[in-house]
Amino acid sequence: MTVDVSTFVGPYPFRHLPDSSPGGLLRQMDRLGIHHAWVGHLPSAFYRDPAPGTDELLRLVAPHRDRLLPVPAVHPGLPRWEDDLRAAAEAGAPAVRAYPGQQALAPAGPEMVALMEAAAGRRLPVLLTVKLEDLRQRHPLDAAPDLPPSAVRALARLEAGPRLLVTHADRGFVEEVHFGLTPDEARRVLWEISWIWGPPEDHLALLLETIGAERFTFGTGMPLRLPDGAVAKLDLLAPAAADRARLTGANLQRWRE
Amino acid sequence: MLIDVHAHFHTERSSRPDWRELNQRRLTAGRQMGITAHVASILGSYGARSPVYFPSQDDIRHANDALAALGAEHPGLVYGYCVVNPNYTDRAVREIESRVAAGFIGVKLAASRRADDALLDPIADTARKCGVPILHHTWQHRRRDWPGQEASDAVELAALARRHPGTKFILAHLGGGGDWQHSLRALRGVANVWVDLSGSGLDGGMLEAALAAVGVEHLLWGADITLDTGLAKLRYLESILPPNAVAAVRHGNAEAVFPPGAFR
Repeated sequence: MTVDVSTFVGPYPFRHLPDSSPGGLLRQMDRLGIHHAWVGHLPSAFYRDPAPGTDELLRLVAPHRDRLLPVPAVHPGLPRWEDDLRAAAEAGAPAVRAYPGQQALAPAGPEMVALMEAAAGRRLPVLLTVKLEDLRQRHPLDAAPDLPPSAVRALARLEAGPRLLVTHADRGFVEEVHFGLTPDEARRVLWEISWIWGPPEDHLALLLETIGAERFTFGTGMPLRLPDGAVAKLDLLAPAAADRARLTGANLQRWRE
Repeated sequence: MLIDVHAHFHTERSSRPDWRELNQRRLTAGRQMGITAHVASILGSYGARSPVYFPSQDDIRHANDALAALGAEHPGLVYGYCVVNPNYTDRAVREIESRVAAGFIGVKLAASRRADDALLDPIADTARKCGVPILHHTWQHRRRDWPGQEASDAVELAALARRHPGTKFILAHLGGGGDWQHSLRALRGVANVWVDLSGSGLDGGMLEAALAAVGVEHLLWGADITLDTGLAKLRYLESILPPNAVAAVRHGNAEAVFPPGAFR
């Protein structure tokens, strides 16, 4: 049962996407044998207030709730953001997204700390995206900084014991965070694989060996990225069937429990 | 057939102790993916003795020698681009002539001199006379100078291509970083520039935009540093194109760009 934890619906302000509808997402999932997807609302990353985006996200995925799970965005710098967190939990979201770079928040500042603590209290993971696009191709108005590894370390060390699902990180980012945490802290972080290089550099194979396969899970970044990338990585890695099952869903399930 | 028009190998001069394993991993993964030809270059010493994008003559000679040896070790699988530094123009011309005579099938220009500089004219002329294409390292929409390279973008490469309509050029790694939409605009209607799809970038919409801008007949498959992203792009193309068009990207277009009978 393959679960893609990094997908979006909705348009992107800086580049045309061929099909960012739920139907388009489902077509790509069917093509690649992906059963379920955690779905964010892409424009919400740029909204001053993401709450209306969450309403739209819930409406878009409603006909497909057997396969598409909404992951609403929460802006912890807004008044009464706790209402949005509660609404996400009540809507059955498996996690919430936060975009400190796009929301102009310090990535490990007091607002993000408050969100992490509140989400931990509800046993909701927080999904953080290192970057939506490569720095070299950004639109001139897209000045949001990448999420820094130091912020993930700081958030993972919080006493509340938050769980962080980090997407779009590369090898250096993963290593800098993982080996900068105690084993207990490191278990709070789950890494999505879509930006980790395959052969010939074989960064993913190395990380599975040095950090442990249990710390990784499948994600594609579609429709911003071609979903074939994450699948190709696994195919070229040729993990044993049991390991592939862990990477495509079992690790995620165990981590959530 | 599957021709990777943008491959790299390493030598003992590379600043990597695992250079042998890295080369082997490319060949092994390539076999797994069905690559039948790696058209490759070695970028000098990759910074160990001279900068990656400004290679010294000594590093160039060593790199091209090493690639010739690799080609001899893997006949019919590894093919060579002759790396040159156009700032040493006369030597670059002689290097291209001698390497092509010895079996190299292309020229690799990195980022030692801007693509529209007149210093590249003798290089382009020599490539035409030798019947080989030039793979030109490209920064997709260079808005400023970046350290370590005098990178060119598609506007500058198109200017060179227009001055040399009889020479075939390949714009390197459309997915290799930068604004590929800008590059695709610049290449509209430039018949002697082909687009290599390599690079770690997997942007949704990039392949559709490339098809719309330059047509399937101007697309070449390649991987560059990341074979997994090359495989991903190939699979996606297979999902949106008919088999004959996929075959053109896999090998047919490359067979038309490189010298006749190059891929034996």
